[in-house]
Amino acid sequence: MMMSFVFAFIVGGIICVIGQLLMDVGNLTPAHTLSFLVVAGAVLDGMGLYEPLIHFAGAGATVPITSFGNALTHGAMAEAEKHGLVGVLSGMFEVTSSGISAAIVFGFIGALFFKPKGNVD
Amino acid sequence: MEKEQYQQLEQQVTPKPPYLKNIVKAFFVGGIICTIGQAVSLFYMTFFNFTEQTAGNPTVATMVFFAMILTGLGLYKKIGQFGGAGSAVPVTGFGNAVISAAIEHKSEGYVLGVGGNLFKLAGSVVLFGVVSAFFVALIKYILVTLGVVSW
Repeated sequence: MMMSFVFAFIVGGIICVIGQLLMDVGNLTPAHTLSFLVVAGAVLDGMGLYEPLIHFAGAGATVPITSFGNALTHGAMAEAEKHGLVGVLSGMFEVTSSGISAAIVFGFIGALFFKPKGNVD
Repeated sequence: MEKEQYQQLEQQVTPKPPYLKNIVKAFFVGGIICTIGQAVSLFYMTFFNFTEQTAGNPTVATMVFFAMILTGLGLYKKIGQFGGAGSAVPVTGFGNAVISAAIEHKSEGYVLGVGGNLFKLAGSVVLFGVVSAFFVALIKYILVTLGVVSW
C-alpha cells in the first residue's frame, strides 16, 4: 500500500516535469502546455496505454490533466463500442463529467463566497 | 533593425530559465499533489465502492474542491509561483484556472462576468481535450470497423 503512494508521487512528478520542460525548453505558454498534455492523454488512451498507467500509478496518472484527455476518449470509445458511431459524441463526457461539473460548481460557489484578490494570471 | 535580428537579440537578452531548479520544483510539487490525490483515491476505495479505475472520478472532483479553497484564500497562486508546471499540470491547476476566473470576474456580475469568463483560461484544455478525444475515438471506431484492431 505504501508503494502506491511512492508510484503516485513518482509518476505524477514525472508528468509535471514533462510539462515544465515543454514550458522552459519548448517555450510554450502554460495554456499550450496543458492543451498538449490533454491531447497526449487522449492519444495514449486511444493506443490503450493510459489504463495500464492508472493501474500502476493510481492518482499519479488520474490527477494530472492528461487523465482528462484519457477520460474523454475512454467514455467516447466505450459508448462507440456499444452504440456505434453516435456513441463517439454521446459517450464523451460520461467518464469525465465529475472533473468538469466539479470545476463549474465549485467555480460558482467560489465566486459566491470569496473576494477577488487579483490572482488571474 | 530587421525582425530576425531583433528576435536574435531578444533571445540573447532573455535570461535562460533555471532548468534544473524548475524541474526539481515541478517534480516535487506535482508529486506531492498526486500523493494527496492517492490518499483521496484510497479513501474512496476503502469507504465507498470504487475500484482503482473508477476512483479517479471522485478523486478529481475532490481535488478541484481543494483547489477552490486554496484559490479562494489566495494560496494557489503562491504554490504556482513556486511549483511552476508542478501546480499547473494536476487537475488542481485546471480547477484553479476556472475558479480564479470566476472569482475575479465576479464584479462584472454573475451572468456576464462569472458565466462568461468561467472557461476563459481553461477553455483551451476543454476544447482540445474534446476534439482530440473525438478524433481518437473516431479513428479507433474506423479501425475496428475495418477489422484492423479490436476494442
